[in-house]
Formats: sequence, structure tokens, C-alpha cells
Amino acid sequence: MDDLSTIRSEALGAVEQAADLGALEAARVAALGKKGSVTGLMKTLGALAPEQRKEFGARVNQLKGEIEAALDARKATLGSAALAARLAAEKVDVTLPVRPEAQGTLHPISQVMDELAAIFGEMGFTWAEGPDIEDDWHNFTALNIPPDHPARQMQDTFYLPPRGDGTPTVLRTHTSPVQARTMLDKGVQKMLADGGALRIIVPGRTFRIDSDATHTPMFHQVEGLVIDRTTHMGHLKGCLVDFCRAFFEIDDLPLRFRPSYFPFTEPSAEVDIGCSWKGGELRIGAGDSWLEILGSGMVHPNVIANCGLDPAVYQGFAFGMGIDRIAMLKYGIPDLRSFFDSDLRWLRHYGFSALEGVR
Amino acid sequence: MKFTLSWLKEHLDTTATLTEVRDRLTMLGLEVEGITNPAESLKGFVVGYVIEATQHPNADRLRVCKVDTGRDVVQVVCGAPNARTGMKGIFAPSGSYIPGTDLHLKASKIRGEESNGMLCSSRELQLGDDHSGIIDLPAETQTGLPAAEALGLDDAVIEIKVTPNRGDCLGVHGIARDLAAAGVGTLKPFAAERIKGTYASPIKWTHGYEARPDSPCPIVVGRHFRGVKNGPSPDWLQRRLKAIGLRPISTLVDITNLVTFDLNRPLHVFDAKKLSGDLVMRQAREGEMIQALDGKVYELDPSVSVIADSRGVHGIGGVMGGEETGVQEDTTEVFLEVAYFTPIKVAATGRKLGIQSDARYRFERGIDPQSVEWGTDVATRLILELCGGEASEITRSGVMPDWERSYTLRADRVKTLTAIDVPAAETADILTKLGFGISGSGPWTAKVPSWRPDIIGEADLVEEVTRVHGFDNIPTTSLPALSATSKPVRTQMQRRAPQARRALAARGMNEAVTWSFLPRKQAERFGGGAEDLRLLNSIDATLDTMRPSILPNLIDAAARNEARGLSDPALFEVGPQYKDATPTGQRLMATGLRHHLAVPRNWAGPARTVDLFDAKADALAVLAAIGAPDTLSAQPGAPDWYHPGRSGALKLGDRVMAYFGELHPEIVAAADLKGPVAAFEVFLDAPPLPKAKASKARPKLVLSQFQPLERDFAFVVDAGIEADKLVRAARTADKALITGARIFDLYAGKGVPEGKKSLAIAVTLQPVERTLTDAEIEAVSNKIVAQVVKATGAVLRG
Repeated sequence: MDDLSTIRSEALGAVEQAADLGALEAARVAALGKKGSVTGLMKTLGALAPEQRKEFGARVNQLKGEIEAALDARKATLGSAALAARLAAEKVDVTLPVRPEAQGTLHPISQVMDELAAIFGEMGFTWAEGPDIEDDWHNFTALNIPPDHPARQMQDTFYLPPRGDGTPTVLRTHTSPVQARTMLDKGVQKMLADGGALRIIVPGRTFRIDSDATHTPMFHQVEGLVIDRTTHMGHLKGCLVDFCRAFFEIDDLPLRFRPSYFPFTEPSAEVDIGCSWKGGELRIGAGDSWLEILGSGMVHPNVIANCGLDPAVYQGFAFGMGIDRIAMLKYGIPDLRSFFDSDLRWLRHYGFSALEGVR
Repeated sequence: MKFTLSWLKEHLDTTATLTEVRDRLTMLGLEVEGITNPAESLKGFVVGYVIEATQHPNADRLRVCKVDTGRDVVQVVCGAPNARTGMKGIFAPSGSYIPGTDLHLKASKIRGEESNGMLCSSRELQLGDDHSGIIDLPAETQTGLPAAEALGLDDAVIEIKVTPNRGDCLGVHGIARDLAAAGVGTLKPFAAERIKGTYASPIKWTHGYEARPDSPCPIVVGRHFRGVKNGPSPDWLQRRLKAIGLRPISTLVDITNLVTFDLNRPLHVFDAKKLSGDLVMRQAREGEMIQALDGKVYELDPSVSVIADSRGVHGIGGVMGGEETGVQEDTTEVFLEVAYFTPIKVAATGRKLGIQSDARYRFERGIDPQSVEWGTDVATRLILELCGGEASEITRSGVMPDWERSYTLRADRVKTLTAIDVPAAETADILTKLGFGISGSGPWTAKVPSWRPDIIGEADLVEEVTRVHGFDNIPTTSLPALSATSKPVRTQMQRRAPQARRALAARGMNEAVTWSFLPRKQAERFGGGAEDLRLLNSIDATLDTMRPSILPNLIDAAARNEARGLSDPALFEVGPQYKDATPTGQRLMATGLRHHLAVPRNWAGPARTVDLFDAKADALAVLAAIGAPDTLSAQPGAPDWYHPGRSGALKLGDRVMAYFGELHPEIVAAADLKGPVAAFEVFLDAPPLPKAKASKARPKLVLSQFQPLERDFAFVVDAGIEADKLVRAARTADKALITGARIFDLYAGKGVPEGKKSLAIAVTLQPVERTLTDAEIEAVSNKIVAQVVKATGAVLRG
């Protein structure tokens, strides 16, 4: 009997004192292993009388259970201590920077183009495009700009060698030639004949011989064209009021429509938006000043006729504005030339994230 | 175009304020660009009476003046030699700003004498060049009167922008006519009665070519004057010209300028004594020379229309007169030229010779052809009034250009085009006041006045009525919806540009926008520079050829950034490149590059320089973003601006979708970049559009319930064998079971024979019906090895 209590106290003591999982395992082997003390007691059972065997066996089993419980308890204790120690050892300086990851940006021109798509899309416009290298018929003649018009002169327009048939070739000076290309399209003409309405916006690159602080030889324009049988100047006004307010995100932005002159529209209007200059800083919105922002008008009957449509049947409006310019105004970008300089500091500062402006 | 308010009122009887005039002008389409009033810079300056001027006790050249300013008497020390007791001048009190010297006056002591203000010279007030003494006003000028009033300067100068179609508003009378039509007062007629000549003109007008309505000069009128006295023009005329920035020259010249700006009627006067024989309108002869009034000598040719006498050329038609026969202070005999020049001819001549002049500006916009008659009358009256003498009979040559035409304005056209309901009576009234001859009561027939060459159809009549009635009256009507649901703005093809942009920005690249043109040398290096893409009139040689690739611009941009200390740029641009000058020669590209480090130095791992696989990844990301099929293959073969061994093309079948690779070291070195540069060029329009489907629904996803398993194989192959070939071979072993195969290791060196390399692939097997048995796995594995060995001559590595 003494044996049993000695083994018990030794085994439980060893478990209790085990300082780590290795010592604990040694304690387990010492008690419950093949050659363990408790296992040794089990082996003696066979030699006992059945009466004794039953009673002693029950006590040994109880002892075994007691040791196993102690082992589990000690293991849990040692485990959490080890985990705590490991966690403490794994501590890292959280102020270290993350792994290098470049932040990409979109150019403000692209951002504004996407905004144009969103706003005019709501109004039923679709996107149209045309070539940068144009013939002078699409760029000028179709648009009611006669051969002697000053705009055609070499000092304003980039010329390329004429085509084989002698047709003068130019870098388009505005996005307006796409008006002509679209109206001349057979599918568009059929759609109009079937009572449909043409509404397009044409964003793109445009070129003029101009290079100073506020002009660059290449810039971006967006053209708008609406043609059907009933669209009038009130719609022109409504469309541009709706656009400018949505674009500048100013619900009560005042607009002023002033008579002006463009060869391809009649009547023609320049559009100003309200603004104020406080301390030399431009603020767009209701104010005491006006800022010219775009040109517009009812499509000239000659243009409609040049594009193969009957001006007695069809009418509509067109407008054009500088994408770079409205980007400068909306996002407070001071210098046009910097748009095309590709300076990383500028691109990162005035650029937009890939996810910004998605709506 | 500049004019003063008082000048306008010579033509317009109105009580309107300056603000009303300004607002109305702008809303008529005559945009006011600025209003200045010289009186503003003279605010506080008054007429001072010098009660007493005495010698300064301590300075010989100075005088001490007691000046009555109308309010008080102050002491002023004055250095002007003409300062004297009893004179009246312009007094500037202490605190005034003196524009001519850019100084603020302070009360001070000058050589011990107090000075509280200043008596001013013309130059100090920027009224002229005179600084010989202080302004000496007439004795009767009221002391204390504001200086601007005393000097006749209290007159606002209005500057308007005149659109190219409105030549008629390049004269004050035309501006007044527009305002009168808009209800701002009544237009006053100008005096143009014919004055009969007293003798036959000794000089006659003739034409050297047959004068027709479209000749360079269809008609010219003139007359001779004798006994005239030239010299400085009267004050009122000088003041008027100075107010709009013109320099008075002599009475005769000032008269021509006055009529130009007053009535949009350019004139020329010759010193008749310097002319020989009659004057002729003719084409210049090859090599003829003229010294023009700007002092420069011009060589002429037959495309230029000139005014000549029997000796030579004395004027460039509609552009500028000649120096030699111009009038002088002592001119006593004058010949007046009042011509009509055809706009496009004047424009061509002016451009050719590079001459800007007030005459050219007006003639090329089209003046009133009838002004050859009334202009002669107006000029005659002014010359006789201001220079005396007598006028000859009139001489003329040529025919009147065709200007008479009329258009119909439908009764409802203003309403249907502009949505404004203008009453019929008002429509007729507006057009009548603008000078149209109106008949009918809607529809109307409108006879266009001779001074409006810009009116060429009904739409122009609508514009006239609308702008005078007021654009403010146009209703604001939102566009009606076209359909119940809004449709995509951009087509699938058009959406590729924004998709490519957002994909690349999301990969950490910065979008740039660069010129469509570049230097020819660069174009040639990148496969371009053909004749048909060279600008005939570039701004400079650095921008003379359309770009065949966007890369040269991005390389330049990268180099600029590195030079500014902005390292490792990763730039892209989505834009056009040009193969030829036809519309189909323009391709939409997504092009980009990454310079030097892909991963910069950092604490968490090693830095890494860029290589072709960065470029390949970018290109693949763009192609994925725009919905290109995933059956692309990478093959060697990129243009020669790439490193020949480190570049390739992404192809669909044999069609190139993109190029990628490291740039050729020569190009990197030429750009002064340390390199390497990983670049790509994706043809955004190249991948075919997927077939249109009736529904946006995607094919059903079938998922196996059995776990996939992965087996690794390592092969030793010839170094030249492409990894892709090995992967494809492995995949053919069992197309149903093998769902993936990828290279995970590449090794050459110790343990691998010379000229060989070891490639390790992981093959994914996806059982569909049941778990695979060991024997089945073994069988597939053997098949994979066999296929690879067969295709590549590989040896399985033990």
C-alpha cells in the first residue's frame, strides 16, 4: 500500500514540477510509460489473488486517471505559457513601413472624360470618335468654314503633306469634324429618317499652332451634337445648364448665354459661368463675375446640308469646350503646360486613383 | 475695338448709364472686354490757382508757390520753369499717386521749405510726353474743378471684342445702331451730304484690269483738294484719338483715322504734288518695291493689288499706303482715295506681306461697299472744315460689288429654332432698326443692308432677332429622355481605353498625356518618320513628326523625371499612334514603361530591378482588363527598339496583340537612363470583340466535389527549349484530368550539364467522378513524362 501512495506522490510531484513539455513527457513516461511506475503496478496485478486484484486494480486505475488528469492540466498550463513566451518573442515593430507598393494615378484629363461620359450618358448621349489626322473637307469645308477663312491659314493649323489626290491634310483643329463624320454615316441617317434622335459627345485630341503660357499645340476638346426635328435653343440652354451644374457640382451655378459667332452655328452663343475672384483666387459659383467656358449654337443649315441631311427637316445644336480647361477650373490646376510634362510630382498630386470618381 | 462713351453718344441719343450700355453690348454679342476711365487715376487731382510764386530762399531752380485748391491754400515747392503767379495748373495733394513717376506724394520739406503736394506736368499724369513745365490751364478754368473734368478726360473708354462676322461694328456708328435696335436710345444719322466740286480733278482714277464685282478693287472713288492747310488737328480730334490709343499726327491723317474708327470707312490721302499723272488700281509687277507707311520696304508680285501712278507703286491695296507720297505738315494739295477692296484679296495680301493695319483689319472683314460714295462726302466735309481749301469734282472707276440680296424669314422660324415667342411687330421693328428693308408681316422678306455682308440666310435673320430681343429670353428646357433606361455611353470597344487606364493605374503606374508629335529622328528609330506624317509647319524641330509609338515620349518623360531626382518612374499613356495619315492608320495604344527598380530598397526584402516579366505582366493585365481571350501566346519577336533577347509579342493565333520586353540598351543609353527599362505596347483595338450574345448570363459554373491534387516533375532540357512548350506538352497528357500546369522552378548550373537547364512543373489534376487511385495517378504521371520527353527531348530528373 505504501508503494501506491509513494508512486502517487512521486508521479504527481513530477507532473507538478515539470517546467516544460519535455519534463512533463518524462514525468508521463516515468509514471505511465512502458517501464513506468504505474505500469509496473499494473504488471503486478496478475500475481494477486482475484479478491485483491479487483480491489487493487481499481485503485491503480484511479491513480492512473488521477495522473492523466494532472498531466492534462499541467500540459494546458505549460502550453499557454509557451504560447505566451512565443508570442512575446515574436513581437515586431509595427511602425515599420509596409512593403513598397506604388500608388498609380489617372491623368485629370481621363478623369474628366469619365465624368463627361457619366453626365452626358444620363442625358442619352453616346460617345463618338474620329481621326486626329483629317482632310480639310471634314475639318473646315463641311463645317461652313470657307477656303479663305483665317482659321485655315498656316499660322493656326498644322498641315501634313496633301493626299495623293491633292486633298490638303491637317491635324484636326477641333473635334467638330466628327459632327460631319457622324451625320454622314448611313446608319445615323437611317435612324434619323426613322424618327430617331442623334445625341453624341466627341472627346479627343485637337491641335493648333499655339504655344505660350496658356496655349499648347495639343489640347483636348469635347464636342456635343444633337440632331433631330424639334430640338431648339431652349434645349441647348437646358442641356448645358444641366451639364455645368452637374460637372461643377453646384446646384445653383448661374450661366449666361451670350450671342457670339462660329461659322458652323447660327445662332451662336458663348456660355459663361458665374464666378468670383476673392483675394486673387477664382471661385466658381454665384458671384460678381463671369467666366467663359464654352461655345455653342444651333447647327448651321449649311452644315446640315453639307452632311447630307435636309436642313428644312432636321435641326439641332452643337457645343464645344476644352477638357483641359474645365479640368483646370474644377480641380484648381493652375498651369496648362504642366498637363503634358509628365512630372511625377504633378501626376501624383493632380492625378486620381484607379477607383476614384467611379459612379 | 475701343471707343469712348461720349463718342458713342455722338451717334446715339440715349440716357442710358455706362452700366446699361456695357451690359447691353455684351448681350448683343459685342462683348465688353474692359472699361477704363482716365478720370479714375486723376481722382483727387484738382485745378489749383497759384496765388503767389516766389523764389526758393535756398535753391535757384525752385519756387515756393501758394496754391488755392478751391478748398484751402497750401504751400508747394515747384521746380518747373513756367511756374508763375496767377497761373492755373493741376494740383496733386499729398497722398496722391503720381502715375508718371510711380510715386506716392508725401508732405515734406524741400531745402527747408514745406511742400504739401505738387503741380503736375503732362508726363507726370501720363497724358503726354511734355515735361518741360507744369500744365498751364486757361485762366478762366474754375479753381478746385476736378482735373479730369478740366482736362476733358472724364470719359469712359469702352473696349469690345468684335467677332469676325461683325465688321460693321468696327465703327462707332455701327455699335450705336445695334444699341438703338435693342432699345438703348435712338440712332442719330451722320452727315454725308454731297459737296459739289469747283474744278475738275487733275488726277483721275483708272483700273489696270477690267473692274468686276469680284475684282481685288471693284470700285474706287476720290477727289482732289487744293489750298488746304495741314498741321496739328484740333483738340477735340486729338483727344478722341488719344483716348483710344491712337497718336495724333496731322489734321489730314487724323481725319482718315477718325473716319476709320467712327464709320468703319478706311481712307487714304496722298500728297497730290508728289503724284505723277493718274492713279491706277492694278496688279503689282514682279519685283516692284514699295516703302510703306510703317517705314518698311516690301517686294511685291502680281498677286498683290496696288495703287500706282505713272512713276510707280504708292499703296498696297486695302493694307497700307506708301511713305513717299504720304501727306506732310506742309502739304497743300491732297488726293483722297475711297476704295472698296474685296475681303479675301486683302486678307491674302496682308498675310503674304505680314502687315497688320487698321485698314486691312476692316477690309478683310468686309466694309459697306456703298461707303465709297458716302465716305467721300464725309471726308470732304471734314477736310474742308478743318483744313480749308477747295474740293475738285469727284473721280471714280469700276463697278459696285453685288451686295443687294434678300431672304425670307418664316413667321414661326424664330420660335421653332430658339423657343422664344417674339411678337411679329417686334421682329419687324428689330430688323428695320438694324437697317433691313422689311416687307410682309410674317413671313417677312428682309432686304439685307449693304454694311452686313455676314447675313447669308434665314438662320442669320433668326440670330439678329434673337440677340436683339435678348438671349436671356430663351427658356431653359432639359433634353427629353430618349428611352426609359439609360444605355451605355461607350461601346464595348470604346470602353477599352478607360479599362486599360484603370488596370494600369491599379498596378501602380502613373498615367501621362504626351504630344502626338515628336522629333523626326525619334520617329525614325521607332519605325516611323514617313513623309506623309511630317508636319509641314511644325512649331519647332522637336515636334515635327507624328509619333509611330508612344514609347519615345515616355522614355523622355522618364529621363526628365530621373533628372529631377524622381526615381524609378512607372509611366503609361493610353492614346493614339500613327502608321500613316489615313483614318485607319491611327491605332489606339496602351503603352507604358517601368524604369530601373521594380521593388525599391526596403527593410523587408531585397530590391529588384525591372525585367521583361514586369512588362509582360502589365501587357497581360491590360489585355485581361479589356476582355481579350485567354488563349494568348507569348512568342519571341518584338520590334527592334526592344532588347532582341528579352522581348516578345503576345499573339492571338498569328495576330499581334501586344509587344513587351526590355528596351534596347542603346535606346536606354541614348536617353541617359541607367536602365533597365521594361516596356509594353498593347494594341487596344486588336483583340476581337466577343460575339454578341442575347443575354448577359454567364455559362453555368460546374464544381467538382473531389479534391484536386498536384504532382511535381523536374526535367532537364536543352537550354533553348521554351518553357511554354514543355507546359503545353504536359497539358496534352490528359486534357480532361489536367486543369493546370505551371513552371515553378528554373535552374541551370552545378548539377545540370552545360547547355541544359532544369525546369520543374507542377501539374494539377482535377478528378471529376471519383477520387483517383494510386495506379491511375501513376498512369497519368507516366503519360505526362512521356509527352514532355516526346515534345522537348527532356530527361526526367531523378
